[in-house]
Amino acid sequence: MASDLTPHPVTRPNPFDPPLELGRYRETEPIRRMAYPDGHAGWLITSHELARAMLSDGRFSARSEFKRPPVSRPGADPFYGAPALPGWLVDMDAPEHTRIRQQLAGKFTARRMRDLRPRLDVVIDDLLSTMARKGPPVDLVELFALPVPSIMICEILGVPYEKRAEFQQNSETLFSLRVTADEASAAMDRLYELLRVLSGPGGDRDGLLAMLAEDGTLDREEIAGVGVLLLTAGHESTSSSLALSTFALLSHPDQLAKLTADPGLIDNAVEELMRYLSVFHFGVPRTPLEDVEFGGHLLRAGESITVSLPAANRDPAWFADHPDRLDIERRSTGHMAFGYGIHQCLGQNLVRMELRAALPALFRRFPGLALAVPSDEVPLSSDMSVYGVHRLPVTW
Amino acid sequence: MRVDVDVDLCIGSGQCALTVPEIFDQDDDGVVLLLATTAPPELHDEVRDAASRCPVRAITPTDR
Repeated sequence: MASDLTPHPVTRPNPFDPPLELGRYRETEPIRRMAYPDGHAGWLITSHELARAMLSDGRFSARSEFKRPPVSRPGADPFYGAPALPGWLVDMDAPEHTRIRQQLAGKFTARRMRDLRPRLDVVIDDLLSTMARKGPPVDLVELFALPVPSIMICEILGVPYEKRAEFQQNSETLFSLRVTADEASAAMDRLYELLRVLSGPGGDRDGLLAMLAEDGTLDREEIAGVGVLLLTAGHESTSSSLALSTFALLSHPDQLAKLTADPGLIDNAVEELMRYLSVFHFGVPRTPLEDVEFGGHLLRAGESITVSLPAANRDPAWFADHPDRLDIERRSTGHMAFGYGIHQCLGQNLVRMELRAALPALFRRFPGLALAVPSDEVPLSSDMSVYGVHRLPVTW
Repeated sequence: MRVDVDVDLCIGSGQCALTVPEIFDQDDDGVVLLLATTAPPELHDEVRDAASRCPVRAITPTDR
């Protein structure tokens, strides 16, 4: 093997750019050997073309039995290597994955999202009013970026928002790279316990969980699992995207000025922010079920592969004209911030809608919004499987 | 341009309906609904874009 066996790079040059090594690998060796934290050798994919090809190829499995985290993550140990937890469709292949996803897709269509927009606007307006009353400086994550997606996903699922403290704390534990296996296991158990109760007779009858219970296709444990998955994924990654997008716009005043001058740019701006920021920063794991010739290499059955979404999203072969630059007028369709293939993010249209509504509303209400600390003092969540900021102190 | 969809592949991501609402919609289960089996010339680029954005490649545009 020509390439040195290096681990997945983790050091970022600044809050917005992925590790520089990823770009170098993409140029010279878009599929290359990589050292996994447990010492074994696998593969890293960094080009848009290969990432897309792999994620839409049924020969590569997403089953948790084969998954190994690309960076050290003791909390993942109890889940990887074992069969998927009930309802945990991200760790399944077709047809198990299909059976569960089919029950959920109808709740996240573009039309359903449009129906939710008036309610979303009220939620946003209320939160911004609370922020205004409180007065600067405030933590934008606590008062805005976290509650917006959190309230919305709770309402969609039919989970009382008062329960959020319980699931937020456990979900943070689950996504942290630093917690032990026991801590992560305990957090997962608590989340299942919470969702088992909420998807039972005591829960909100209008939500997705109740609908699934009534339908009867999924069993009780699967419904609890779907609830845990959507609840954790639904608020963690969106809140990161919202806070990090705000941070990026505040750090690129020319782009923010463009958006303020022409609010019609918001749809495109959101796509570009998703591409540029790629909060799922350690990519997605796949494993060939059989020996496969791919990208000029023989990938052996059972080997670990990491598909780097941030690297694919900065590939100049797909995104011409300096993909490392944030340009809200860029044509950024085809970005992979939501992944690709059968596991592409179920909630992507909800995320889009939340960002399209929340960002303009925030800057309309607080036209003088600014960071309340120097930008290098914003605490970055590099230590989480979803990248973002732990806090975003702002003033106006 | 003729447009074909494979509903068995569809996972309901809805990218087609967002890209060309004139041609694609989703049913109550999120599955793609083809509103027209032929696309007029002014929509050809958008249909090709939708086909490329479909994460499971369930859309096949055929020029004729």
